[in-house]
Amino acid sequence: MKAERGRTIAAEIICIILSIIILFPFFLVVVNAAKKSADIIINPISIPAKWSHIFSNIVQVINNQNFSYWNSFFSSVIITVISLTLLSLFSSMAAWVLVRNKTKWSDIVFMLFVSAMVIPFQVVMLPLLSTFRRISEFTGINMLQSYQGIIFAYMGFGGSLSIFIIHGFIKGIPYELEEAARIDGSSPEGTFFRIIFPLLKPVHVTVLILNGIWVWNDYLLPSLMLGLNGKIKTLPVAVTSFVGSYVKQWDLILTAALLAMLPVIILFLFAQKQIIKGMVEGAIK
Amino acid sequence: MKAGKKDYLYKIICIVTIAAGIAAIVSALILDFSGSKSNIRGPMLLIGMTALIFGIFRLPCKKHRQLINIVFLFPLVFAFTVTVIIPFMLGIFYSLTDWNGIKFTQFLGLKNYIDMFSSMDYVYSFVITVIFTVCNMLLVNLLAFMLALLCTSKVRGRNFYRAAYFVPNLIGGIVLGYVWQFIFNKVFIILIPGSLSMLADANLALVAILMVSTWQYAGYIMMIYVTGIQSVPKDILEASNVDGANGFQTLRKIKVPMIANTFTVCIFLTLVNSFKQFDLNFAITNGAPSRILNGKAIQATEFLALNIYKTAISKNEYALGQTKGLVFFIILAIISLTQVTIRKKKEVEL
Repeated sequence: MKAERGRTIAAEIICIILSIIILFPFFLVVVNAAKKSADIIINPISIPAKWSHIFSNIVQVINNQNFSYWNSFFSSVIITVISLTLLSLFSSMAAWVLVRNKTKWSDIVFMLFVSAMVIPFQVVMLPLLSTFRRISEFTGINMLQSYQGIIFAYMGFGGSLSIFIIHGFIKGIPYELEEAARIDGSSPEGTFFRIIFPLLKPVHVTVLILNGIWVWNDYLLPSLMLGLNGKIKTLPVAVTSFVGSYVKQWDLILTAALLAMLPVIILFLFAQKQIIKGMVEGAIK
Repeated sequence: MKAGKKDYLYKIICIVTIAAGIAAIVSALILDFSGSKSNIRGPMLLIGMTALIFGIFRLPCKKHRQLINIVFLFPLVFAFTVTVIIPFMLGIFYSLTDWNGIKFTQFLGLKNYIDMFSSMDYVYSFVITVIFTVCNMLLVNLLAFMLALLCTSKVRGRNFYRAAYFVPNLIGGIVLGYVWQFIFNKVFIILIPGSLSMLADANLALVAILMVSTWQYAGYIMMIYVTGIQSVPKDILEASNVDGANGFQTLRKIKVPMIANTFTVCIFLTLVNSFKQFDLNFAITNGAPSRILNGKAIQATEFLALNIYKTAISKNEYALGQTKGLVFFIILAIISLTQVTIRKKKEVEL
């Protein structure tokens, strides 16, 4: 018994040391965001002399032309929220049709979606850009450097995984439920929106978290479609554009990094359990 | 009778909506094809499509169920076709031409593929990507499994540690990459007096990316292992305890075999994700420093994903970049197929 206590204490000490090492970079970001550039060069690990300097750094970064924090923050929010809403709605609709219609065609469409999960962004990104440019020229609907274009792209790329996860969930919902509704005179779309859709809540949480983390942090797609200096920027793109313009100004770069991290960290503090669960479930399936 | 009349009116409204939608789409397309630059053609097309879909959605008829199926599938299948299927097909074709991102003038056959494999920088990039992928897979899984064992033991504050180890995974590789660039260039050289930045040395820079990648990813994989370990039934563990097995024996003879599936999932997940590494690579080193190989300077830390990006975007060689992208896809497809085969085999054994 005593040996076991000793082992637990040893494990606890290892846990504490590991968490200090793992969280150390975040400590460095906060500490150095509150310093002047010159002080960072002298000692980047010390506690800042004046914590209040963090506010003047933040003000400077927020007002910067290349970063324009609030603009990029709201662009990121708009893109993420609309993409996620449309993705959950449309992939639930599609998955429901694919589960409840056992035809050769529904199997083919489903297999196509599933096998497309293997396709990396790198193999489609270049033709995607030229296709979107063509569509813009042909129809007059701007697909590059616009919200509608990037949201449309996220629907296409996020659809595979979302349909796959929701498909598995709907299979577990008894068909008798829908039959009962039909006998009571409900139309198919009524059955879906009033009975099936509310039941999908747990799987929607998983889909929202998986896609949310991806869309929010994605760099390559927005940087190619929106451009580094375009009108609309997401936060990762804004950070890159900011770093490009301030090569050695680490105080400002770290403040920008801090501002870019903050929204996710705050969200994580509130919804820790759901986020971890959602991301793990997405990986196992 | 009255209800019948109402239904009739309703049906007519739907048909009118559908007809108006088709008319709007057709006229928008006529404008498109005639090369008009009118501003209303975009909105007209969208409104026409919405009207058409809505009319079909509401149309009462015998085949209502089939129509609903089509309407429900349409948005996602359409987006998926335009963003994934069509570019993918075009990409295969473009890799056989001299495509420059806008148009192509001639068909080259396999010339791009031959150019690619005979260029030193690509072969080098290929080799270091494979080395990085294997090392990162081993390191991440080793660390993650140990963290998972720690976080499922009897330590107090387990949930706090799990969350703490998980945090780096929440933040995008771009932002973290810049933070680590700072740490390597400004912090480590002060912590270890007299040392140069790891990022200035061709080999150490690779180690640096490996470190950050492991740091970022281990917490996530740890949570998958934690879920696996927690799914081992308690009574089996108690039985082994009663039989006098020590901690190590329980781990080796019970826990590890029972979560063999979790191991497969984690190993393939890390393989695929390490192979696709782009954000950290881009933000920490962006390929630098260079290394002299056979009298030619090559970027020492340019993994395949970054190599593809730079070939197309920086050097403007779109066809070559597309060809590299296709080979990238083929390798990932082979990895995934292997995983599916292993899974099927295991299911048969069970």
